[in-house]
Amino acid sequence: MNNMGIIAGKEFRDDFRSRWTIAVAVLFAALALVISYFGGAAAGKVGFTSFNATLASLTTLAAFIVPLIGLLLAYDMIVGEQDKGTLLLMLSYPISRATLLAGKFVGHCSAMAGAMLTGFGVAAIAIQVMQPEARTLDAWRSLGNFMLSGALLGACFIALAAIVGTAARDKARAAGIALLVWLMAVVVFDLCLLAVLVLSGGSGWERAAFPYLLYLNPVDVFRLVNLTTLGAGSGNELFMGMTAGHAYPLWGLYLALVLWVVVPFGLAQWLFRREEA
Amino acid sequence: MTDAIVVEALAKHYPACVALEHVSARVAMGSVVGLLGHNGAGKSTLIKLVLGLIRPSAGHIAVLGASPWGAGSAALRRRIGYLPENVAFYGNLTGREVLAYLAALKRAPRAQVDELLERVGLAAARDRRVAAYSKGMRQRLGVAQALLGNPEVVVLDEPTSGLDPQATRELYGVIAQLRAQGCGVLVSSHLLAELEPHIDSALILRRGELLAAGSMQDLRQRAGLPDLMQVRLRRDDDAAQFLRELHASGALYHVANDGRYEIEVAGSAKLALLQRLAARAEVGDIVVKEASLARLYDHLGAVARQGEGMR
Repeated sequence: MNNMGIIAGKEFRDDFRSRWTIAVAVLFAALALVISYFGGAAAGKVGFTSFNATLASLTTLAAFIVPLIGLLLAYDMIVGEQDKGTLLLMLSYPISRATLLAGKFVGHCSAMAGAMLTGFGVAAIAIQVMQPEARTLDAWRSLGNFMLSGALLGACFIALAAIVGTAARDKARAAGIALLVWLMAVVVFDLCLLAVLVLSGGSGWERAAFPYLLYLNPVDVFRLVNLTTLGAGSGNELFMGMTAGHAYPLWGLYLALVLWVVVPFGLAQWLFRREEA
Repeated sequence: MTDAIVVEALAKHYPACVALEHVSARVAMGSVVGLLGHNGAGKSTLIKLVLGLIRPSAGHIAVLGASPWGAGSAALRRRIGYLPENVAFYGNLTGREVLAYLAALKRAPRAQVDELLERVGLAAARDRRVAAYSKGMRQRLGVAQALLGNPEVVVLDEPTSGLDPQATRELYGVIAQLRAQGCGVLVSSHLLAELEPHIDSALILRRGELLAAGSMQDLRQRAGLPDLMQVRLRRDDDAAQFLRELHASGALYHVANDGRYEIEVAGSAKLALLQRLAARAEVGDIVVKEASLARLYDHLGAVARQGEGMR
C-alpha cells in the first residue's frame, strides 16, 4: 500500500514538473472565464451573465477536453516505461505489477483532479466575485457537481488509457489508439446514436432504449449529470430534448461513472497481470 | 548456510521456443559466478527466473532458500540487487532523485543514497538530470541502485558495457567487496577475458542448455585444452630453419595474419618445446597463453556443434 503511495507521488510530481498540470489548470481557468464573459454575446450583451448557462457551456467544453487530457496523460502508462527500458528495473523491485499500475493510475488521477480543481475553482471564484447574484447555494452545488463528475470523467479516461498503455506494443501505437478512443467517445458514439434515431424514425422500442444507450458512453453520462441538474434554459435544449422523457436518478449516473472508472481499470490490471508468464 | 541461488533441472518454455532446458547450477554465498553465453543463449531468461519476473516451466529454483516466484517474491526482492542490461532511468529526474525514489521502494535508508553516489563516483553529478548523463554514468547509477538496501544476492547483467577501463576496474573492486561481505554474485558478460580473473566459477550456456559449469581450473582440465604459444621471428626469411625445428618437434601450428606462429601445445610438453625454441637464434619473442575462458568457450561450443552434426 505504501509503495503505491510512493509511485503515485512520483507520477504526480512528474505530471506537475512537466508543466502538464499547470498548463491544464491554466487552460481550464482561461476557458471558463472566456465562456462566462462572452457566453451571452449571442444574446447581444457581453459580460458575466447566468451562472447556469456558463456551467452548461463548460460542461459541453469539458466533455471534449477532459477525455483528451486524461488519455494524453496516461496513454503510455506501461508501454512508455517499456520503451524507455525502465520497466524491467521497476519490476525487479519489491513491488507487484498491481501496485505499479495502481500507483501510476492514482498519481495521474490526482494530477488531473488537482488541475481541474485549481483551474475551474479559480474561474468560479472570479465569476462569483464579479457577479453577486450568482452567490447562491445552488450555484455552489452545481459547481461541486461539475467538478466531481469532471474528475470522475478524467479518471475514467485515465483508466481507459491504462488499458491502451498496457495492451499496446509500442508508444506510437498507444498514442494512435488513444486518439481513436477519444474520437469514438466524443464524436462517433453520439453520431451513431443520432443515425440510429433518424433511421429508425423513432419507433416505440427505440424510444424506450435510447435513454439507456447513453449509459454506454461516459462522456454522455457526464453531460447528463450536469445538464439534468442545471435544468432547462441553460442552452442545451437539443441534448435535453432527446432525453426529456426519461428521469435519470443522480445516484444512477454517478454509479455509471464510477463503473466506467473501475471496470476499465480492472481490465488494465488483468491485462498487465497476464503479461507475466 | 543457505546458498544464494540454487537451480535444479530448471526449464522455461515459450510458445514459440525453448528458452532454457534442464539447467542445474548453484551460486554459493561469498562467491562470484560468471554467466556466459552468446546472445540468445538463455542468460537473460535465467536472470529473470532468479528475479521471479517469469514463472519456470519446469524444475526448481531457490534464491536465499525461497522460491522467487509467488507470494513471498516481493519480500525476497528486497534482498536482491539487480543491474539490468542497458539500464535506463527516468531522464527527467536527477541522479539523486532517481536513487531516492528507488531507495524508498526498496525500504533502504535515505542516507545510503548519497553514500552510494559517492561510492560509484557520481557525487559531483548527483543534481544533474539523468537525461544528461553519459552511458558510463548511467551504468554507474545502475550499479549504485543495485547496491541499495545491502542486498545478499546481486545479479549484474553485462555490468561493464559502456564503462571506461577505470570504471571497469572500480566495478570489479565493488564485486570483490561484495564477495568479501559474503554476498552471492551472478555476473553475465560477453567479455570473457575481462571477466575471467574476477570470478570463482562459470556457468556456460548455449541455446538454453548448460554447456559446462565449475571453477575455471575444473573447466580447463575437463576440456583438456592445449596452451597457446605465439612465436615471432626476428626476420621473416629465417623461417625455413625455424620451420624445420618446429616440424621435428611434431607440434601443431598455424601462421597468424601478422606473421606470428601460433603453436598449440599440451601442458606437459610446454616446457620442453619452450626450451627448444628459445635456443634458436632466429626466434625474437615467445608469448605463452593459458587456455582462456574465451578459448574454452569456443572449444566447448565447437564440441557441441560436432555432436550435433553427427546426430
